[in-house]
Amino acid sequence: MTNLLTIAHVSKAYGSVVALDDVSIDIAANEFFALLGPSGCGKTTLLRAIAGFEDPDAGTITMTDNTPTANPPTTIDLLALPPNKRPVNLMFQSYALFPHMNVRTNIAYGLEREGLPAAEITQRVDEVLEIVALTDKATARPQQLSGGQKQRVALARAIVKRPKLLLLDEPLSALDRKVRAEMQIELKRLQHEVGITFVVVTHDQEEAMSMADRIAVMHEGRVQQVADPITLYSKPANVFVADFIGSGTLICGTVTASGFDALGTRLPAPTTTTTGSAVLLLRPENVTLTTDPHHAPLRGTVVETHFYGGSSTTSIAVPGLDAPVIASHAGAPTVHAGAEVGITWDPTGAVVIPG
Amino acid sequence: MPSIGWLRLPLWFTYLFLYLPIAVLVVMSFNASKIPFVWTGFSTRWYGELAQNELVREGLINTLIVAIGATIVATILGTLLAIGIARYVRSAIVEAYSLAPAIIPDLVLAIGLLAFFSLIGVSLSLFSVLLSHVVFGMAFVAAVVIARLGQTDPSLEEASRDLGASAASTFVRITLPTLAPGIIAGALLVFTLSIDEFVIAFFTDGPSTPTLPIVIYSMVRFGVTPEINALATILLLVSFTIVISAQRITRLTDAV
Ligand SMILES: Nc1ncnc2c1ncn2[C@@H]1O[C@H](COP(=O)(O)OP(=O)(O)OP(=O)(O)O)[C@@H](O)[C@H]1O
Ligand SMILES: [Mg+2]
Repeated sequence: MTNLLTIAHVSKAYGSVVALDDVSIDIAANEFFALLGPSGCGKTTLLRAIAGFEDPDAGTITMTDNTPTANPPTTIDLLALPPNKRPVNLMFQSYALFPHMNVRTNIAYGLEREGLPAAEITQRVDEVLEIVALTDKATARPQQLSGGQKQRVALARAIVKRPKLLLLDEPLSALDRKVRAEMQIELKRLQHEVGITFVVVTHDQEEAMSMADRIAVMHEGRVQQVADPITLYSKPANVFVADFIGSGTLICGTVTASGFDALGTRLPAPTTTTTGSAVLLLRPENVTLTTDPHHAPLRGTVVETHFYGGSSTTSIAVPGLDAPVIASHAGAPTVHAGAEVGITWDPTGAVVIPG
Repeated sequence: MPSIGWLRLPLWFTYLFLYLPIAVLVVMSFNASKIPFVWTGFSTRWYGELAQNELVREGLINTLIVAIGATIVATILGTLLAIGIARYVRSAIVEAYSLAPAIIPDLVLAIGLLAFFSLIGVSLSLFSVLLSHVVFGMAFVAAVVIARLGQTDPSLEEASRDLGASAASTFVRITLPTLAPGIIAGALLVFTLSIDEFVIAFFTDGPSTPTLPIVIYSMVRFGVTPEINALATILLLVSFTIVISAQRITRLTDAV
């Protein structure tokens, strides 16, 4: 993988609010990269710093041009360029379509600023209208479009510039559920088709998991972990990531030389090298219920069961734990609320997180 | 809701109070008689005489010079003021002070301007009237444009920069067009306020170049003539046309 964008030690504070705190991320060429985190964690600030609308207090953002024409590869210092000179385009959360221009002139705007010949502009705009399936809306004003159509115009306006890097700030948040699901697929397809590196901001973890090749999880201006979706889910680097990604049960305890101790007992856990206080993460699909509570590592009372058709989940209240343990399995629920059950799990599927 | 029709009474009374004098004025401007308020027959004679009246014609030209000049200057300065306040200063106090000339009583503004002009040694002429009208006109334009700026998405300008436009090009292609309805409405407002502005003009004008309101005032001192009714009718028509078109322009472009 060749690196396209290198963000190194970037910090930014607004007064006493630290929006970005020593952020370092490498993004590869042709990658679909997601920035994921709760509201206010600095995602938009990072995107705006890359696009040129925010000046970081510290750190560097550089872009490497690996195209065959750039031989040897050249490195551009993005922070030294004004926004209109950066080979980066930002798709705004509000779409920011120009209200006094129609769809075609909106899309052509960026190419006209480059001073391209009219014939080429027309051809490229036609192409991109085709890609986003809006050819029949070319003369419509933004106000006459639906949310999904506006989003496609904003996307078209950015990709027609053929940037090396496209930044998308919560591109789907304004859409309703159904359109959103369609757009997720469409974005992914589009990224393949045009071969542009995408950096998408979202606070919806399912969206990030289903679309992105790699995800950076952010919290309070810091990068918590950068990994592919499967690693994030199965090997979270810290408690925040374990809690934020997917559902599961967190049990605080201590790692000793011989095993994991919590709730006054020894719990099955994968062996780790470091000892000290730690958290054990149990994913719902790894938890099995037994009807023999006395020979299980944990026992508790079933609080409620949910049947989703193909699968069901069971919540079990365990004395000593704040939140119920969640178990999921295929088929209908096998226990009823109020039943005493034993809880077991596969130790190799559980995760011990130091902390 | 039936049976509460009497609640509309104050409304009708207000309309009557407001528009009856105006209606009388318009009707009497077509009166053939020289004695005002006694109807003797329909005639456009007074409009003809008005056109012959040298004083009125001069006053009209002076007023148009002031109104057009003040509109152009106030619109440019007021727009820049609005953008500066809304985008760069963001201070409620600065905003309040710069919009004050629109609220300060005309008389206070007039006396202040007169004192100012004599202080810096500017002799009173049409030019000093024009400057004075710019002062309050600018505040009106700024108020309208600031309101418009509040409704526009600031990321439009960023999007333009992002797509490769320079700051200057963004201002011309994105900022101005999105503000256009506000700017046009502000300009028309200044024009209507300026053509019939009396108090400030009376204080700051030179004796040899009276504006139309001053001419009318000096004519009325010797009684209301049908000629003045005709002149007032024309002014009414001009103001109505401008205000209605200002409203239509803002509404049309907002709907788009
Ligand atoms: N212009 C600004 N002035 C002051 N504080 C700001 C400014 N912009 C952002 N912040 C603060 O910086 C922090 C990060 O903001 P940012 O917009 O990057 O969050 P985000 O991750 O995009 O959140 P969201 O998911 O809600 O969009 C927040 O605490 C925010 O209040
Ligand atoms: Mg944001």
